[in-house]
Amino acid sequence: MRVGIVVFPGSNCDRDMLHVMRDVHGMDARLHWHGDPLPEDEPYDAAVLPGGFSYGDRLRAGAIAAHSPAIDGIRKMAGEGAPVLGVCNGFQILVEAGMLPGALLRNDTLRFMCGWTSLSVESTSTPFTRAMRRGMRMPIPVANGEGRYYADAPTQRRLEDNGQVVFRYADGGNPNGSTAGIAGVCSEEGNVVGMMPHPERAAEAAINPVDSAPASLLFESMAGRAAADPRPRAAGHGGGAARGRRGSGRRRKGGAAQRSAGGAVARRR
Amino acid sequence: MARYDVQAVIENKPGLSDPEGSTILEDLVLKGSYRGVSAVRTAKMLRFTVSAPSARAASSIVRRLCDELRIYNPLVSELSVTASAAPRGGGRGRRPASN
Repeated sequence: MRVGIVVFPGSNCDRDMLHVMRDVHGMDARLHWHGDPLPEDEPYDAAVLPGGFSYGDRLRAGAIAAHSPAIDGIRKMAGEGAPVLGVCNGFQILVEAGMLPGALLRNDTLRFMCGWTSLSVESTSTPFTRAMRRGMRMPIPVANGEGRYYADAPTQRRLEDNGQVVFRYADGGNPNGSTAGIAGVCSEEGNVVGMMPHPERAAEAAINPVDSAPASLLFESMAGRAAADPRPRAAGHGGGAARGRRGSGRRRKGGAAQRSAGGAVARRR
Repeated sequence: MARYDVQAVIENKPGLSDPEGSTILEDLVLKGSYRGVSAVRTAKMLRFTVSAPSARAASSIVRRLCDELRIYNPLVSELSVTASAAPRGGGRGRRPASN
């Protein structure tokens, strides 16, 4: 899979993303400067917008990068069904570009936060979660100042009904005050996904003190290697990649048998 | 054409929490002697200097560019635009009169 990782002025997670995709998961990933048009001779199969502080978060996080030349090409790719992932600032850019619903507001604490949290996988019907199991937990770092996902009531209802909630903060955590604990959403078609936490910082055992397997499944999903999760299936959390997207976004209750991510509530500085 | 000082104020819609405004109200204003104050909302203000045939036209230009360039997010924010004659000579518009 040929993947373009779009670099904006102020991106700072692009090389981490490149490393995980290319060196750990063997994808043909490369950095792409935002001011250059997307290649037409060898088009990307997928695009990733990494985290950082594009344009210094001026005006609003992601608001200026959303007008970058590369975004036009990514919007076209997304319209043709190509997988597009935005992480943290990349999520903010996709929202500001109108490719994902909702808004990302300043954290309810008014502080930049950085710590570990636990996600619940709410949909396995996206190109980035198809190797996961619905309800499984993902220990993962999250770091943001404008990470409070907001959707008004009609939008939230539509997201839930359409199965567009992909990740939710789990085990009592909601580090930025997001609506219904939403940590990641997808487009109606499911091929555009945005999430605030950082899978590229969680997909290797050397830097994930809890369990790197769940975050690795995001990249395995993307690479088309929908391998079964090596861990035993937790009781009461079936589902899997065969589940249809529509209706798959409803939050599953329970989860006592789920593995805790250790430190469900993010540490705040 | 005359030059106008156009102020665009971007504020969260009513009902959307504004923790900064709440903190200013509860931990600063109401701890002083300003008991008559019941609400504080924070906002972002952009000041444009615009050449246009009238104040109305200047406001219209700014409102349109705010919509087209998504200077504010209409899902969560409201925009209010006011224009006044810009002072002669300076590039920066004068501050609105206070008191």
